[in-house]
Amino acid sequence: MMNVMKKEDVVGDYKEYTLSLYDGSEKTVYVTDIEKPFPEGKLIVSRTDTQGIITHCNEAFVFMSGWKEEELIGQPQNILRHPDIPKAVFKDIWDTLGANKKWSGYLKNLRKDGSYYWVNATVIPNVRNGEVVGYASVRRKPAANQIKKIEVEYAKMREQEGGAS
Amino acid sequence: MKYNFTVSPDFPPERIASWYIFNTWLQKKLDIAVHLELHNNFKELQASIDNDAVDIIYTNPFEAAGLVRDKGFMPVATPQGISDEAVIVVAADSDVDKVEDLKPGVKVALTDDQDVNMISMMMLEPAELNKDNIELSNQDNYVLVAKQLMNKKADVGFFYKAAYDELSGMIKSQLKPLVTSEISVIKHMFLVSPRFKEHHAALQEALVTMSDDDKGKQIVTDLGFEAWDKQTQEETEFMIDLMDTLK
Repeated sequence: MMNVMKKEDVVGDYKEYTLSLYDGSEKTVYVTDIEKPFPEGKLIVSRTDTQGIITHCNEAFVFMSGWKEEELIGQPQNILRHPDIPKAVFKDIWDTLGANKKWSGYLKNLRKDGSYYWVNATVIPNVRNGEVVGYASVRRKPAANQIKKIEVEYAKMREQEGGAS
Repeated sequence: MKYNFTVSPDFPPERIASWYIFNTWLQKKLDIAVHLELHNNFKELQASIDNDAVDIIYTNPFEAAGLVRDKGFMPVATPQGISDEAVIVVAADSDVDKVEDLKPGVKVALTDDQDVNMISMMMLEPAELNKDNIELSNQDNYVLVAKQLMNKKADVGFFYKAAYDELSGMIKSQLKPLVTSEISVIKHMFLVSPRFKEHHAALQEALVTMSDDDKGKQIVTDLGFEAWDKQTQEETEFMIDLMDTLK
């Protein structure tokens, strides 16, 4: 069963959004303006199957997401999806991985409590005996200047898409 | 048949004798002849690998990537509870207190330990530093990296955490760590070549049970850890995938 955000878990004033997901489904999220600072030196690591379902995650992933490990395993990676990230970015991720290539870029991730954190993310296909068996994702602390630039770019992309994802 | 064993040259020099003692234990345990060859730097190690002169190796995931994917090496074990971490260091009296204080053009002292360098470069990203806007000064070992900082010949040093921890108190008092990685999932590992395949299972069993007796436990302790854990092919492949994300 998909874990969904609950209003009672959210800390602070929030806005409600309905996200349109890549598979055509929708989900409701609650978003605050609170930023969770990315801890120095940490690397968030996770692994999904070919459908984007989380199969492994490290301690930093659990810590930054605000979810418990048992709430994350078996869930789609889009449990972290923030409405400020344009749909085109996710399409680009899946198109790049579909072509068996590495994707790198900046993502704003949503926490269980409605706050967010920016990451510099890299996702690669896990190829075994010539076949893609899943994807590994590594996220690290981004440069503040890069985030300022990407926020402007993503805002423009969202406007072109007609509002939040 | 005599097999060749080597250890990647990122271990503290104080452990040289311990690796020779380990090799003696290994030969007795498996009843085979093994020659231990220690190299001064990664370039020498690579030459040895290129010449197919390595059958058994304890190395970092960066080196393991090529061995596993290009030469068919098989994973055996990893040290229990120890991961490969890096430390970004400046001189104790430096004005720099955090990574974001570093500016393009800084001179970085580093060794040819590529997994440490990759992790360290990742930790410089928040300051928008990359290999194109910093100056690199290659050194043969971590003591020389420390000296570069102490003598103001470099602004920043990349250290393997295990090597930094083993520096003398006198040296460390003249240095200031800015940030230490907490990755936890990247580890050194023991690998064997296809030529050693017939002894793979015996070696794996010997290593994972090594700390069950006092003598074995003492040898492992002298190498700087407590025990060996079995390492599977898939765990190794995944670690190599992670290294690929940092390239």
